[in-house]
Amino acid sequence: MNRFDYVRAGTVAEAVQAFAGAESARFIAGGTNLIDLMKYDVERPGRLIDITRLPLGEIAEHDGGLRIGALATNATVAYDDRVRARYPLLADAILAGASAQLRNAASTGGNLLQRTRCYYFYDTGTPCNKRQPGSGCPAIQGVNRIHAIFGTSPHCIATHPSDMCVALAALEAKVQVSGPEGERSIPFAEFHRLPGDQPEKDTNLRPGEIIVSVDLADRDFSRHYTYLKLRDRLSYAFALVSVAAALELDGDTVKTARLALGGVAHKPWRNEEAEALLQGKPATRESFQAAADLVVAEAKPQAGNAFKAELARRAIVRGLEQAAAGTPQSITDKRIQ
Amino acid sequence: MLIESGSPVAADTKVGISLTINGQHRELQVAPWTTLLDLLREHLDLTGTKKGCDHGQCGACTVLVNGTRVNSCLTLAVMKDGAEITTVEGLSGLANEGAGTNGLHPIQEAFIEHDAFQCGYCTPGQLCSSVGMMNEGHAHSRDEIREAMSGNICRCGAYTNIVDAIEDVMAQGGAR
Repeated sequence: MNRFDYVRAGTVAEAVQAFAGAESARFIAGGTNLIDLMKYDVERPGRLIDITRLPLGEIAEHDGGLRIGALATNATVAYDDRVRARYPLLADAILAGASAQLRNAASTGGNLLQRTRCYYFYDTGTPCNKRQPGSGCPAIQGVNRIHAIFGTSPHCIATHPSDMCVALAALEAKVQVSGPEGERSIPFAEFHRLPGDQPEKDTNLRPGEIIVSVDLADRDFSRHYTYLKLRDRLSYAFALVSVAAALELDGDTVKTARLALGGVAHKPWRNEEAEALLQGKPATRESFQAAADLVVAEAKPQAGNAFKAELARRAIVRGLEQAAAGTPQSITDKRIQ
Repeated sequence: MLIESGSPVAADTKVGISLTINGQHRELQVAPWTTLLDLLREHLDLTGTKKGCDHGQCGACTVLVNGTRVNSCLTLAVMKDGAEITTVEGLSGLANEGAGTNGLHPIQEAFIEHDAFQCGYCTPGQLCSSVGMMNEGHAHSRDEIREAMSGNICRCGAYTNIVDAIEDVMAQGGAR
């Protein structure tokens, strides 16, 4: 691990101020991803700004929805009674990720900002455009079974690893941030980026901006939802493909459909055309297959991950069926019903 | 030096922190990049806590911070200033009146009873994680215990007996 200055921030303003002028400063909260990356020399911050003492750990009522403080741990959010009752999709997605120890430490804001688990990004002995812009992407010609099939660029085919973010994308959360230029609200779909020709940028956060909260709207997806995660082992593994599905039904007719995929793109992947296609349609396998076909038609797999397109197609259909039936995927009994 | 809110501590400076470790109050000087794991093992000779992967993947370094189980390898000691830390060395103290005749925590007794280890390297982490899990109170069935313990890898494959040991202690009313 490299040597760094350490600043303990007492207020958000103090944290933002400590960032100004500090070369390669990083905020640290749970540390579960940043410290790991520092041990690999992937991250070499000149300054660490410890934000764990900021008063951002609360989950509060907000505009009929919930405001989740950026420092609320993944475990706190997943087991919060209000989250479980009103946003069970989010609770299940969180519990599908990482281990209990990591969820006890990892923060909400940090979950949004975690970096890809692409092997080449982690291996400082290989080039990587995300780690060292302009050096190349060995994943494209290399081992790319875990990589993206949607929204890739010739510069990067990494995926975003979060489960929580897939649910937040489906729930259309808003990310509240504070920075040198004041506060602003970022719709979840605009928070993360596609790699394009700047894969080193994971998000649209500006330098020195700090996540303050993640806000959930007053919408009821508590009956018809599922988080279906498919992976190489049944626990404590990143998704090959995951599906967050949420429906509002009017009898057997789809009123609203939300669908986001994990493990397949540089950000949680949504296809609003597919969601619109479901609107007003009967909640049947036929409708779900049409939506899944539309999503998967855009897939551009690599040599090693063509299976992901078919896996995604089937996972979307199964996820929407689970959501429609009101039988969400169990997070402990991994059999897929 | 002491940490002052908002004031940078230069990279080559040791900072003063206080921790309560296994019930004992300690005033310590640490470099900011010292992980909680390295502080315990290298500075305080509390070598019960093991360094397995050092990347949060194996769970061998699991300790309780303010009663909550975390990976001590992914935590900087300086960030835990003021916290209460319990390591495997302190589990029997945690059990208080619940401790068995040989002074062990009930989960330690159950691991012996159920032969829940082979080489023993993962065991301190398994024990601390078990206590943390029982205090969380979210796991009840065998499936739920397995899921909740998935952050602790046992390469000898003692999982079946580990779950037996935990179930046994839970049936007696859980941890403390």
